[in-house]
Amino acid sequence: MNATQTGPRHDAGASAADRAAREAAAISRIERAWIVLDGVPDPEVPVVSVCDLGIVRDVVAGDADGLTVVVTPTYSGCPATEVIEQSIVEALVAAGLGPVRIEMRRAPAWTTDWMSDEGRRKLREYGIAPPGACAPTQAVPMRFMPRPRSTALACPRCESTDTERISAFGATACKALYRCRACGEPFEYFKPI
Amino acid sequence: MAATNSASITVSGDLSVQYLLRIGDTCLIQAQRLGEWSGHAPLVEEDIALSNTALDLIGQARGVLTRAGQIEARQGGQGHDEDQLAFRRDERDYRNLTIVELPRGDFAATMLRTAMLATFFKLLWQRLADSADAELAAIAGKAVKEARYHQEHAADWVVRLGDGTPESTARMKAAIDWLWPYTAEIFESDAVDEHAAAEHLGPRWSDLQDDWRAELAAIAAEAGLALPADRPFRSTGKAGRHSEHLGYILAEMQHLQRAFPGGVW
Repeated sequence: MNATQTGPRHDAGASAADRAAREAAAISRIERAWIVLDGVPDPEVPVVSVCDLGIVRDVVAGDADGLTVVVTPTYSGCPATEVIEQSIVEALVAAGLGPVRIEMRRAPAWTTDWMSDEGRRKLREYGIAPPGACAPTQAVPMRFMPRPRSTALACPRCESTDTERISAFGATACKALYRCRACGEPFEYFKPI
Repeated sequence: MAATNSASITVSGDLSVQYLLRIGDTCLIQAQRLGEWSGHAPLVEEDIALSNTALDLIGQARGVLTRAGQIEARQGGQGHDEDQLAFRRDERDYRNLTIVELPRGDFAATMLRTAMLATFFKLLWQRLADSADAELAAIAGKAVKEARYHQEHAADWVVRLGDGTPESTARMKAAIDWLWPYTAEIFESDAVDEHAAAEHLGPRWSDLQDDWRAELAAIAAEAGLALPADRPFRSTGKAGRHSEHLGYILAEMQHLQRAFPGGVW
């Protein structure tokens, strides 16, 4: 990864007023960019934005007019990664904030703990159970079936906790499939990772 | 005789590059084998599980092979990209463990092999998360979470089948007898391991053997299976000397890039 310029270049001889004006403009571009990004949906779970998911790690103003958006992948093989990058660039360019460069940053690894409360609420209303807090898995001794779940998962429709997992994997890398025994409906669970 | 093709690339023999190729190639070939189950698994849930596991492995392979190419370039070599490394090498230049190139076998063998591999990868990624190579450490930080999930899922099936019906138990026993001898290769250390350990790139794989064995023993005990006795046989995929099966995998996997080198969607 290339290091990115994190602020406007300070030209020798530029007046303090010029510098201040340029810094203010850069800050305003960054603020506008965050607002635009909050409207860019995740392609696989379009009810949440890329910001709700917590995959946009930073937005920095380049030395010219451009912006660099730092994103982190959800799963190593997530097929949506390229589409997400493309949607971010298109949305920012359409808002007049281009040119845009995407920087992929793998560390620290994305965790569902970074998902916003707003994102969790949207998921629940959409019918996907939001991820629970990420367990410190490494400290837990390995168990094979039967494996008691530490916290009962609530059905996003009727809120009953009488639920069971029917598939460890789901329609996308980030989800598993559950069923509610109370209302009988299957639902998806955004796996904590 | 090794196949020759004008489109083949030759990869640097640099020991750091070789260490990464062992990881990336093992992920890649295991993913290719798991992908064969797509549309053929005994349950739709498992069809999805195997494809999802393969997808994670391909993502891991992409990251590691890309890094291998970057290190190759840094050492003054060619600097191949992930696609060239995945699709344009000859069979002898692949550094995957032999166990992943064996035919996929039945569902029991597939789940046992996945449990064995995921256990190994979980332990490896845990250590690689502290690699002196920041990019490799970053890949590992993500991959370890995925490997843990794969291990849990596959080990559940080893237990369910091993401790299941007479038919499923017999199949799991046959799988463990077949696959166990190929696990010895994982922990055979050589100059590549010594180099990686000295450079703090990653652990000697032999350093992971005790933990791997303990976890496999726990899974086997829960499944009511006995771990077979060790035998002197050693497979040699890591050194590029493969079983007869890899050539067929590569013929299928490389077809498009060999026909249209550099082709993209």
